Amino acid sequence: MTTETTSTRRLRVHRFKRGDDTPHMEEFDVPLGEDATVLEALRWIQLHGDPSLGLRHSCFHASCGTCGVRVNGRERLACVTKLADFSGTITVDPIANLPVLLDVVVDMTTFVAHYPDPHPIVRESGFLPEAAVADDLDGHERYEDCIECGLCLSACPVAATDDSYVGPAALAYAQRLLEEPRDDVDRDALLDWADQDAGAWRCHAAFECTEACPSDVRPAQRIMSLRKELRHRRREQGREVPEHAAGEEAT
Amino acid sequence: MSEGAGTAPHVLIVGGGGTGGALAHDLALRGVRVTLVERGEFTSGTTGRHHGLLHSGARYAVNDEESAIECIEENMLLRRIAPGSFEENDGLFVGITDEDMAYLPSFLEGCERTGIPTQVLKPDEALRLEPNLNPDLKVAVRVPDATMDAMRMPLRFFATARANGADLLNWVDVLDLDLGGGVISGAHVRDLITGKQTRIGADIVVNATGPWSEQVARMAGVDVPIRPSPGVMLAVRGRLTNMVINRLHASGDGDIIVPQRALSVIGTSSWVVSDPDDLGVPADHVQRMVDEGSILVPAVLQAPFRAAWSAARPLIGSRDDADSGRELSRTFKTIDHAVDDRVEGFVTITGGKGTTLRGMAEVCADAVCRKLGIDTPCATRETVLLPHTAAYAA
Repeated sequence: MTTETTSTRRLRVHRFKRGDDTPHMEEFDVPLGEDATVLEALRWIQLHGDPSLGLRHSCFHASCGTCGVRVNGRERLACVTKLADFSGTITVDPIANLPVLLDVVVDMTTFVAHYPDPHPIVRESGFLPEAAVADDLDGHERYEDCIECGLCLSACPVAATDDSYVGPAALAYAQRLLEEPRDDVDRDALLDWADQDAGAWRCHAAFECTEACPSDVRPAQRIMSLRKELRHRRREQGREVPEHAAGEEAT
Repeated sequence: MSEGAGTAPHVLIVGGGGTGGALAHDLALRGVRVTLVERGEFTSGTTGRHHGLLHSGARYAVNDEESAIECIEENMLLRRIAPGSFEENDGLFVGITDEDMAYLPSFLEGCERTGIPTQVLKPDEALRLEPNLNPDLKVAVRVPDATMDAMRMPLRFFATARANGADLLNWVDVLDLDLGGGVISGAHVRDLITGKQTRIGADIVVNATGPWSEQVARMAGVDVPIRPSPGVMLAVRGRLTNMVINRLHASGDGDIIVPQRALSVIGTSSWVVSDPDDLGVPADHVQRMVDEGSILVPAVLQAPFRAAWSAARPLIGSRDDADSGRELSRTFKTIDHAVDDRVEGFVTITGGKGTTLRGMAEVCADAVCRKLGIDTPCATRETVLLPHTAAYAA
């Protein structure tokens, strides 16, 4: 946000256009207050430095999930990451494990394609007890807080080597549908979907996704809950439980 | 991006906000060949930054009857065609001062006149619903406001348009419009992904760029009386209320709190700028959101900061009008520049609100189809929209 004090910060920004042999880094000096966000700095570059800089953004308040990038190597939403949180030159890269479309913009098509159907956006108030207030929030496990930013997938070490893995966001989403008191969900179909090779079993429980999530969805814990249900279901069906996930009863 | 292929007339929409998306959807359903270009991500201008409020229209019921009626009609309609996009949480207009109470009769009368259902609640009834409200409230009026996802609800129009054959191109910037002999016949564009420049020919170009409409209209040599009027919004952590909370008074600053998932968003202010790209976030406006918001819900004072930002409304009116933007109507306007400016093949749709995006598109598409000699009626009132994720389909 605008402040009285202005200082100049240097940003190193990942640049790539289709047809380029390799991406390169380009540096910009940005004269903005320390309260400014990385997104505001990138917007400043677009306005005053290079209008061809490709950026994704929409809501500016961590609600849409479009402005996910890596800042100094860590997954962040640019709109709620302040320049003041870093010293020295700030490096901005696109998120990992998705194809780069342009500069720091990735193509979200494959991310979205990993989701099971259907895909409601927000939970209707009918699901809430009257007046669910802030104190009650943690207990509420609001999975709908997922803003589909892709930061969890970017941080995931499994996704880095296996692009068939559906990823933390899609699995957390499935768990949301299973846990919410919905009557329009085909539980069996959803569990079948999660019970695939590229599904819940593929996770190595590194918990990097939970670390990266800007919305406190805690995808790794959701995946562990999902696996618990899948183990139970497999045993009831007389099927084997994958060895690496058999001993997770305590989670 | 070819010109003149096929037999259906071709409409090029400039601007990938809610209006452009809804227009692409409407025209695609009527069998028109549609190309839409957007220089960034879809909804990255004003649409995605808006408050996330599906207006009941009550805010406008006293002073802007036309907008109030548009809002309540579209509110009910959008719930039917975009199920799953609204929290269905309703809203309260909360009266706290004697002045607010003096406004109550005209408010209820305005709602009645414009068809907005209301339910008057006593303070204890309101506090049972929303314990974090200012305990000194004197009355609350329940109305059918709702929370929406400011990006994903509009994206459903893009998703459905794409499935119906519309060519939706983001990261494509318009460099100039093709004007010759008083006719607009297309646009020169640059694809930001490839860096390549090309021309897109069209029978009609629609300028759907909201607060940027004046800039785009200038490429056609015409003037659009738009006033980019930004407002500041503040998001704090914590869902302080479940319903949308409004102050029961004539519209002012910081008098709406919209719960969005685990955030509460307080808005907004209003001023006028010349460049909708360069808004800034005045610190005193952010403070005003805290001050005014905490009158409605005192817990705003303790809630941790999440983000503050500005979004530019595309209000209709010349910059010579009064300076805050508050007094301008929130309604929308379709301008056929053949009539107003003797430039054929060029239409501007602007003004309006997130809540009225479908209705704006219907009126504009009617005008476009009249020009093209197409008499297929609008079908968007009955067409249930695809999920937002389908907007990403390759």
